[in-house]
Amino acid sequence: MAPLTLSPGAKVAYVVMALIALIGLADATFLTVMHLTGDDSLCGPSSGCSTVLSSTYASVGKVPTAAFGMAAYFVVFSAAICCAFGYPRVRTLLNCLVAVMFVATLGFLYLQAFVLHAYCPFCLLSAALTFLLAGLSVVTPSSR
Amino acid sequence: MKRYLPFLIIIAVALITAATGLWLYKTKMRPAPRREATAANSLPQKEEGKLGGPHVRGAVNAPLTLEIYGDFQCPPCATTTVVIDELQQEYGQRMRLIFHEFPLAMHAHALAAAMAAEAAGAQGHFWDMHDMLYRYQAVWSKASNPERLFRAYAESFGLDMAKFEAAAKSDETRERIMAEGSAGAARGVVNTPTIFINGEVARGGFTQDNLKTALATALSAKPKN
Repeated sequence: MAPLTLSPGAKVAYVVMALIALIGLADATFLTVMHLTGDDSLCGPSSGCSTVLSSTYASVGKVPTAAFGMAAYFVVFSAAICCAFGYPRVRTLLNCLVAVMFVATLGFLYLQAFVLHAYCPFCLLSAALTFLLAGLSVVTPSSR
Repeated sequence: MKRYLPFLIIIAVALITAATGLWLYKTKMRPAPRREATAANSLPQKEEGKLGGPHVRGAVNAPLTLEIYGDFQCPPCATTTVVIDELQQEYGQRMRLIFHEFPLAMHAHALAAAMAAEAAGAQGHFWDMHDMLYRYQAVWSKASNPERLFRAYAESFGLDMAKFEAAAKSDETRERIMAEGSAGAARGVVNTPTIFINGEVARGGFTQDNLKTALATALSAKPKN
């Protein structure tokens, strides 16, 4: 499949999405390591990091929830890079995954606000990045 | 070459992420919380010498009752326990501490640790094991066979080891811990540490200042009850 030519606006949007996903990947990696090692010292003494990361919602079985975030951000990054280099068929995967992440993020925000009554700054950063990705995936023009 | 560039970038990011994650994992080992002996440890302790809780440390008629639902493998529980010890030292006979077992399924050795604590409690040494488990949490929580360490802790208290090992493996102990966990869940406990002060759930980060404020509020509200 030969690469297609993208509009400049679309190319910039995909590159920005890739960069946002890269930040999200770093954030999710850090959260995963914090969960696995139990070292939440960087969260600060008064933050809700500890509460969130030690809650029953912080893992699915033995897999930290943040590890799913790592996988999701990595796939988003890969798809955005492919789109930026002119492989627009990947856009469907990108949009679907961002939609799933958006819904999951709403769920995590609900848990932090109404169930755990504690907020984890790194989780909030991830939420903000997902919202940015969702916004960009909506406004990014289709390829020509 | 340009055709393969996106895939090279993706592979490079995957490798960098894996390498950074592994490096972080290896370097960010949580240090064990260090605690000196405090006056809290010398306060009256309810240790009946039989299986069963809740476990109480402090004066029975204290105006302040701080209940904590804890998991011995939960890092914030260890940190919060240090803060509570300091508060109990400060408040003395005005505050009593009640510990409820709430081992989380996400922690591989939490149930075994709770059973070790209960088994030690059956011989009147719950709080000794409680303190030991939190002090050396970073050690035993990473061990492949933490029971060996729990036995070593129990031996250091001079326990009858045959009784300890039997209790630490018994269904009765497990069921009692599960029952206490279920009772906590019925009170709305979903994570650890969860703290109740005079029956009211405490919110927010459990720093010394936050807990002091909550204790002061509870103390001032006491005469109205």
